[in-house]
Amino acid sequence: MIGALGQEVVWGVSRLGDFSRFVAASLLGAFRTRRLMRRWGRAIYEQGVLCLPVVVIVGLFTGLVLGLQGYHVLSRFGSEGLLGSLVSLSLVREMAPVLAALMLVGQAGSALAAELGTQRNSEQIVALQTMGIDTHGFLVTPRLLAALVVFPLQTALFALIGLVGGSLSGSWLLGLDSGVYWSAVERSLEPGDMRECFSKAAAFGVLTMAICAYQGYHADRCRTATGAQAVSRSTTLAVVYSSVVVLAVDYAITSFFV
Amino acid sequence: MKPLLDVRDLSKAFGSQQIFSGVSLSVPRGQIFTILGPSGAGKSVFLKCVAGVLMADGGEIRFDGRVLGRDRTALADFRRRCSFLFQSNALFDSLTALENVALPLEQTTHSSRRETRVRAMEALGQLDIGGFADRYPAQLSGGMQKRLALARAIVTRPEMVFFDEPTAGLDPLRRNKVFAMIARYQHRIGFTAMIVTHDVPEALVTSDHVALLENGRLCFSGTPVEFSASADPLVTAFRDSADALGRALREIRVSDP
Repeated sequence: MIGALGQEVVWGVSRLGDFSRFVAASLLGAFRTRRLMRRWGRAIYEQGVLCLPVVVIVGLFTGLVLGLQGYHVLSRFGSEGLLGSLVSLSLVREMAPVLAALMLVGQAGSALAAELGTQRNSEQIVALQTMGIDTHGFLVTPRLLAALVVFPLQTALFALIGLVGGSLSGSWLLGLDSGVYWSAVERSLEPGDMRECFSKAAAFGVLTMAICAYQGYHADRCRTATGAQAVSRSTTLAVVYSSVVVLAVDYAITSFFV
Repeated sequence: MKPLLDVRDLSKAFGSQQIFSGVSLSVPRGQIFTILGPSGAGKSVFLKCVAGVLMADGGEIRFDGRVLGRDRTALADFRRRCSFLFQSNALFDSLTALENVALPLEQTTHSSRRETRVRAMEALGQLDIGGFADRYPAQLSGGMQKRLALARAIVTRPEMVFFDEPTAGLDPLRRNKVFAMIARYQHRIGFTAMIVTHDVPEALVTSDHVALLENGRLCFSGTPVEFSASADPLVTAFRDSADALGRALREIRVSDP
């Protein structure tokens, strides 16, 4: 049993090293691939435009729930006027980067892992190698660069919609003066909060897209399945690992900023 | 004459399973060299090792006199001068026929957008699928997909093209067409071809040189005429497999009327 555990640890460490090499090769790919902008544009469309509905919907409901819960909790202490502060700080510092990242992983990340896994299965990745094309630069780099831009933008949108949702439930449904709400929002948010929010979003973006790309790219290395099943397992693992990493890195970055 | 491709004592194993070992052969420039063998003989793995898709465990591969190994420059030069046609075609389903063919030019040469398009259209035209440039691979028939894959393989004007089971899953009529197509374009463009297949009659007609890989060993190498005349038991067993089937069926009918 100890031997098996040791083998798993060694395997895990070697995968971690392999993942680091994969990310490094993908970042270096920016200098080795041609006509990157067109593929970067497509990646922005996939992560940005296609994921807009889910980000807007989840952002709205998160804000609505925060407004509702926050109002009832704060009213116990006669501090309903602080609803704007509660919603804005919760959203900007924690919920928007984390939830937006999880939504993007669920949609764009899983699609990326499945696409690369299918390309691996149908020998398209090997075909690129035989053509002398840098596969990391061609397939992964545009996605990582897009994530660096799209995740912060989607997070900002999520926070903005969430604030509107908080205002809707606080002012429109529960009768709090909207001026009180928005002035509390304005007073509470500081540049440091924005820095924390966007740092998290950018870090989540690069890390999760790299994990999803890695899982899909190496779908053939799946130890428990082959073919279509391997693609399915890789996609599942990509979403699970990315979600765990979002929460773990969130803790690490929060402890750095707090 | 110096061979374009020279393979010496190549071997490959997956774990404890030896796929092939001690395989040596030379491919002269401008010829069609076919490797025959039954399914599971290790032909495709051999081709992938030679083409640099898989890493061989031992042996040496020389392309135009340069040893291919861990030397990245030699490998990059080799990939620039060679193409690989996959059994599954490995076409990019999210790209149109034109984009598929233009891809290697776009990514590996400094040609302008206009020049890339002209050359890609020229390659599609050579394979008689110029009218389908805007179609996606899924919208093309099996034969057209094969031609599209060949167009992508020749668009960079390679010196050598590797064909991995180019007729797998095709009916006899299409099989003949694919071999005729390879022979026609090889003659027209002048590349050196290495084909892996188990279609004996078609291979004997189109090839300049054939080799037989059986149980991971090269048991014959020579011209198609020599192959047809060979008395080697492994060669005769493979070559006359259709006759053997006829004999076996006759015996069944006699013993069980």
